Amino acid sequence: MAAILGASWAGAKSMTATSGPGLSLMMENFGLGVMMEVPTVVVDIQRGGPSTGLPTLTAQGDVMQARWGSHGHYEIIALAPDSPQEAFDLTIRCFNLAEKYRVPVILLASETVGLSAGKVVVPPEDEIKLIDRKKPTVPPGEYLPYRPDEDLIPPMASAGEGYAICATGLTHDEKGYPETNAETQEKLVRRLNDKIRVHLEEIVDVEEEHLEDAEIAVVSYGQVSRPAKRAVKMARDEGIKAGSIKLITVWPFAEHVIRKWAKQVEWFIVPELNYGQIYLEVRREACGDSKVVPIPRMGGRLITPQEIYQEIKKVSKN
Amino acid sequence: MRSEGRRGVMFGGFGGQGIVTAGFITGQAAVLYDNKEATFTQVYGPEARGSACYSGVVVSQGEISYPYLLNPEIMVIMSQEAYEKFLPQLQQGGMLIVDSTIVKPGKLAEKYRLYKVPATEMAEKLGRRIVANVIMLGFASVVWDAVSVEALQEAVKAGVPKKYLGLNLKAFQIGVKLAEKALKKTTEH
Repeated sequence: MAAILGASWAGAKSMTATSGPGLSLMMENFGLGVMMEVPTVVVDIQRGGPSTGLPTLTAQGDVMQARWGSHGHYEIIALAPDSPQEAFDLTIRCFNLAEKYRVPVILLASETVGLSAGKVVVPPEDEIKLIDRKKPTVPPGEYLPYRPDEDLIPPMASAGEGYAICATGLTHDEKGYPETNAETQEKLVRRLNDKIRVHLEEIVDVEEEHLEDAEIAVVSYGQVSRPAKRAVKMARDEGIKAGSIKLITVWPFAEHVIRKWAKQVEWFIVPELNYGQIYLEVRREACGDSKVVPIPRMGGRLITPQEIYQEIKKVSKN
Repeated sequence: MRSEGRRGVMFGGFGGQGIVTAGFITGQAAVLYDNKEATFTQVYGPEARGSACYSGVVVSQGEISYPYLLNPEIMVIMSQEAYEKFLPQLQQGGMLIVDSTIVKPGKLAEKYRLYKVPATEMAEKLGRRIVANVIMLGFASVVWDAVSVEALQEAVKAGVPKKYLGLNLKAFQIGVKLAEKALKKTTEH
């Protein structure tokens, strides 16, 4: 983790890949990446935890760790792929988001995606959209590495480009110098959070299906999305008004999407391979406007379309 | 999930027999040469080393909603332990192909369409025991229609080291011929 932060400061696009136990170990320097605003990507191939747990089998237990794993209050971006194809597509998007918002981005994948194979179509290189970090436009003498533009994101000079750079994990001023007082902390940490929050709708990506007249919405992410979408189709075939919300962006949470559909649907169903993590987020955003039902599985086995369908059917009779 | 047109195959055996390779080649055949969708999963880690291991492939015309194998319709089994351990998962009326040099199928096998292929013996005659899995692939490509013979042969070509290409193609053809013979026998009866 320290190495990819350094590589990024040297101007490279950098990433590392790990599973849950590795992510636990990386969390110290992950916070450093947040504080120093380093664009980088961390891939987490989730298996069953806690601890070494089920090292060869699938799970989604790291959702909240991805969100809050390092100490302090910060905002993060995490995307969840449902297949090898999305692992390819979303890794590119992770890099673009990291570069744009100067934040470590997590590809929250799983054993199901990371250790299976499937059809992947690689588009021609010129069709792949790449974003690079903003560079300073002022002469070296005038550059302050942590002075943000209007979008709250400071341009980033690489080490060795002639600009004076100072980066630290301590609370710092616009020069990057440690200034450990309440006033600087208030300003800096507020901005670290706000630079993500104000761009929430631009960052968040969801896939919505069959929601126009839906009374039940299945909210899923990552490897569970494919069985979930299938279950919704099975329910539609039976005349049940079900729809699907697939969270491609898990963090920041798609709160505006849930709030919007909460006014229409009677039920949200949240299948996930943990004891209810995104379930809590959905419940928070539904604000009592709709009922929220979890389908928690502790991991080890991917939930089947049939299992999700059974829950949709049960709920539809209430 | 039947309506998805899922077709599932499991390869079972012990580590070192090319069980994982056989599955991977099958998946590649479906995707790259038959233009279908496929997912490939495998056991790995300690349980895959030294004891019964397997790989699974799901083939479909459209998107596959569940990448793991559920009740495969065909099993290609190359060790006795894999036979004992995995056979109960084979769907009713499914097809079972065993390497008869190694596997002695018991009573349970009678419930299925059983093919016995002396793959390891034939591979030894070719001078390389290791190509037994490719003989099994050649056989399976004829009796199982989810992936075409041509596609599988192309995937074998692409998937093996150049040095051993001739040997592997020979092995594949042995499998194909044995299967054609076996099918002829079935129709004659």
